Amino acid sequence: MIGNDQILEIIYLIATALFILSLKWMSSPTTARHGVWAGELGMLLAVGGTLLDRGIVDYKWIAIALVLGTIIGVPLGRVHMTAVPQRTALSHAFGALCVTLVGTSEFYLRTSNIPPFVMAVLGLEVILGSLTFTGSLMATGKLQEILPQRPITYKGQNVVNLGVLAIAVGLAAFLVIHPDRTHLFPFIVGIPLLFGVLMIIPIGGADMPTVISLLNSYAGLSAAAMGFVLNSKLLIVAGALDGASGFILSVNMSKAMNRSFSNVLFGAFGQEQAAIAGATEARNVRSATAEEAAAILAAANKVVIVPGYGMAVAQAQHKVRELYDALTKRGVDVKFGIHPVAGRMPGHMNVLLAEADIPYDKLLDMDEINGDFPQTDVALIIGANDVTNPAARNDHSSPIYGMPILDVDKARTVMVIKRSMSPGFAGIDNPLYYLDKTLMLFGDAKSFVNAIVRELHGGGES
Amino acid sequence: MKMDLITSLYVFMLAGFIGFEVIRRVSPLLHTPLMSLTNALDAIAVVGAILLVGAHKSRLSTVLGTIAIVAATSNVVGGFMITDRMLKMFKSSRPQKP
Repeated sequence: MIGNDQILEIIYLIATALFILSLKWMSSPTTARHGVWAGELGMLLAVGGTLLDRGIVDYKWIAIALVLGTIIGVPLGRVHMTAVPQRTALSHAFGALCVTLVGTSEFYLRTSNIPPFVMAVLGLEVILGSLTFTGSLMATGKLQEILPQRPITYKGQNVVNLGVLAIAVGLAAFLVIHPDRTHLFPFIVGIPLLFGVLMIIPIGGADMPTVISLLNSYAGLSAAAMGFVLNSKLLIVAGALDGASGFILSVNMSKAMNRSFSNVLFGAFGQEQAAIAGATEARNVRSATAEEAAAILAAANKVVIVPGYGMAVAQAQHKVRELYDALTKRGVDVKFGIHPVAGRMPGHMNVLLAEADIPYDKLLDMDEINGDFPQTDVALIIGANDVTNPAARNDHSSPIYGMPILDVDKARTVMVIKRSMSPGFAGIDNPLYYLDKTLMLFGDAKSFVNAIVRELHGGGES
Repeated sequence: MKMDLITSLYVFMLAGFIGFEVIRRVSPLLHTPLMSLTNALDAIAVVGAILLVGAHKSRLSTVLGTIAIVAATSNVVGGFMITDRMLKMFKSSRPQKP
């Protein structure tokens, strides 16, 4: 006969398979929604099966917690698309909180006879969980602009941060050997909580895509460690998948910025460039009005729009869609060139443009679009800066030298919608703006695009 | 106990490899929904919290476990909801192949 426990194990096995399928179906937009359904089914089976476990003697608190969690979860599932980065960071914090609290309980329940290996993974679980919790809360604060977005740095910061982390790891190692010193445990929760805050303080807004991915990876790894402690294969698999996903995304983001992990975490990009900005005021730029811009766009055959974080800030994506419609109606071929680090998290621009009903087959990744620029009549840049900077290609002294960029300067005409000539987040001047083929369109992204659209509608057919 | 550990390590390693292979194939187009989906799946940790609270072993474990269930449940509910909302928005300009 199969006992209850075996049935539960089989349910977990099925849920594990569904989770893997869920991610597999994410590979293409046509199957991705099946992925969500598979994930939901797996979750439902696993949670439902667990609730029937005989080890559960009291349902009161479980029920209250499930209801409360749902009440908090629903509004978090309904946030505006522009708020998705901070929502994601917040959900990393919640995931890490869950893992840390369960790990803490496990420690005090099993205290003094914890085998060394279990104590080691428990330590890992709690350290990763706590630092991800506060780190993600900090990231949420920066993305929501409750906290200042610019990096805050001070002398010896890296030494302090690494020292703090080393103390926590050292204490955890000591607990592995002496699990009966329970009074040390609060420190391996508390010190990483502090480290999480310190870790995010020096990180600026434009580094957020890497940091969110990294926190995603940590959240996954801490959950996998929890799976080791509880001996739950399902949790190990889910945590490993999440950890791998976050890791791949972080590597992608780092590559797209031509920087290493450690450089993102310990580099504090903004600080060294102050000297480079400023000395460039005297150069000439050509500017144009919405009317001129509309005429050039209407006469083009092929237009590539390059969106950046500025488009998200100005909430211009719906106006951009109107521009897309107006140009497409005139027979202009319009595509979007999207840099991996455009925005505040991986894929941020795609979601905003998809929300504005722009078909996803027009949204092209940097590698897919770069070959198109030489045949492009107009490259229209909306709220992007560093990712279009040709200095990354040929100026060895530039702080972003080597970073892969969108080759907008190879298009016949470049148009840049920008508030003013002030340099981008890193304070790096962009030589693109001084090219003869470049037209600067000064103004707010949303209202300028709107003005172009009005001209396109108002003006006679070309 | 020892065997369990070794098995767990195998599971972790294999899941890691599967994760790399599967996620490498995810289009950059969908990286934001990917992250919210893995986050929702990760919240399977709720299972551990449920068993902890249900066993009712100590007051501390019940209190911490209850908060843990709240946190994880909100990730499950919110994570799946927003992933599906995002994916619904991705439409092709070409007619769908049957």
